[in-house]
Amino acid sequence: MSAVRVKPDRAGQVQACLATVMDPELDESVTELGFVTEVELIGDSEVRVSFRLPTYWCAANFAFLMADDMRTAVLALPWVTGVQVHLGEHMYAEAINRGVAEGANFQTTFGADSQGDLESLRRTFLLKAFQRRQAALLDYLLGAGYTASQLVLLETAALVPLCPDAESQNLNERYLARRAVAGGGKEAFVNTEGVAILAEALPGYLRDLRRVSINAEFNGALCRGLQAVRYGEAAPQPIHFIRRLVPTPLPAALTASLPAALPASLSASLPTINI
Amino acid sequence: MFKTASGEEIFIIDGHIHNWNASKANQKNVHGEQFINCFYGYHSFLSPKEKLWSLEKFEHYGTEQLYNDLFVDGYDDMAIFQPTYLKDFYVDGFNTTEQNAVLKEKHPNRFIVNGAFDPRDEEAGLDALDELAATHKLKGVKLYTAEWKGASRGYKLTDPWAQKYLERCEKLGIKNIHVHKGPTILPLDKDAFDVTDIDHVATDFQNLNFIVEHCGLPRLDDFCWIATQETNVYGGLAVALPFIRKQPKYFAQIISQLLMFLGPDKLLYGSDYGIWTPDWLVEDFMAFELPEDISKESGVTLDLEVKKKILGLNAARLYGIDIEVQKLLLASERADVDAQKKLRAESLIAVAA
Repeated sequence: MSAVRVKPDRAGQVQACLATVMDPELDESVTELGFVTEVELIGDSEVRVSFRLPTYWCAANFAFLMADDMRTAVLALPWVTGVQVHLGEHMYAEAINRGVAEGANFQTTFGADSQGDLESLRRTFLLKAFQRRQAALLDYLLGAGYTASQLVLLETAALVPLCPDAESQNLNERYLARRAVAGGGKEAFVNTEGVAILAEALPGYLRDLRRVSINAEFNGALCRGLQAVRYGEAAPQPIHFIRRLVPTPLPAALTASLPAALPASLSASLPTINI
Repeated sequence: MFKTASGEEIFIIDGHIHNWNASKANQKNVHGEQFINCFYGYHSFLSPKEKLWSLEKFEHYGTEQLYNDLFVDGYDDMAIFQPTYLKDFYVDGFNTTEQNAVLKEKHPNRFIVNGAFDPRDEEAGLDALDELAATHKLKGVKLYTAEWKGASRGYKLTDPWAQKYLERCEKLGIKNIHVHKGPTILPLDKDAFDVTDIDHVATDFQNLNFIVEHCGLPRLDDFCWIATQETNVYGGLAVALPFIRKQPKYFAQIISQLLMFLGPDKLLYGSDYGIWTPDWLVEDFMAFELPEDISKESGVTLDLEVKKKILGLNAARLYGIDIEVQKLLLASERADVDAQKKLRAESLIAVAA
């Protein structure tokens, strides 16, 4: 059976699936990061995805997570009956490729070891992604002129009209895609335990979240730099999800139902957006 | 020694250097080749263009080059060797205490030689540590909790055997425990980046100092919380500092967070030589000012007093170095360096003429 390029429509479908797979640590798509190098069709219904990472040493558990997520994402397509995921140029490429092909978990692949609990690792990084996306959206909304006391009362469904353009919609969609990880009620903004955030606590809360973002962006910069050096290509541009956008007026219907703005002293202490 | 515009001399202790041999002849296998390639990636990504080395030079720069880069072209007055053995990848090891000690013998006042241990070596490793400490009068060790060993995916400082090793360190007067909690350098598992074990041992071993190398950078958020609660936890700036040239904003954010949570007395400069050289790192750091928005939000300052602490005073305190005494001890060696510099400058002028 010879490998041929995927038909354009099917290639697009596979790419779209792969675009939903995130590097768990960087919270960016494996396609945007340039990790996916090739997508091939074998026969009519089998897909082979090749990917690579910035270093030979990139964490084996993260590599395994990404490979496994890619396989699951592409298998969700109705016409796909089999997926081969192939990691290249990595210290544990062979073990990871074999493990993912067999549908084995990380522990089985790397030998019995209680430390290999990939599910709790996955959750840790989903929570970090939740925090980072939340910080980005909150920063945008505060920058757009909404106050802390307005924002903490919002329910998730009320966020859509506050994000009128493509960029803010993207921030909102990214946040909503991780909102369920934290649990809790209908409130749009909760902490990682699902507890609603109080208006007066928001500035301090955001400062803490900022450290999560700095960390992730720092790692992202490092990964891109190393990848560019390793493969001799220009580094993909960093993706900054925190950015001051043009403020949009609050819809009148919403404004009417909101409490008065924060006291001036508290508003003044709100952090500025500087990432 | 860095001289400010006003003529003040800043004494500089480089908290993190290597004297490695990753030459093709010493590479045992593909892992050895890939390991140095990865380091070279760091070097190539963050070094200024004019400071880029060839891979061949990077693999094995040798001790003369090291002395020159740190003390002649660079501003370091002293430097601390942090060993990385990697005997599975390199025939004679990558960067061992024994190799480093050879250079210290030649320049006793320039270097501090740190050792290493792996608690998974259990009883035999304790005996080896006794011997290493006696031979090299160790005041510090460098640990890699993330290192895979056989079926083990790394260890925690809270493991029973690690506790025994830390107790032994206390007994042997090894006060400074440098722990690599940083970017991937060896295959890692879930706990590899985790900094919470530092929290426990810092509480249990009040007589020891825990210097978290690379500030736990993949987990800066967790590290800041832990470090602020423990009086004996420090942050090593190796790998964070080189961002100063190409990504100054990231560096500003990181250093401001560290100053906010740890304060100016808990941070140590480290070049991570040979990945980067102290010349441009120190020049950039001395010239660096926090952007106004960042200093306003974090409420921290990075002035000359703070920089002096980070560049030398903090390490001097940890390693019991009296800087005034050290200056005297280094006087003749520094005079040699000055003479060498002068000669070099004259020959450059001669060539130009």
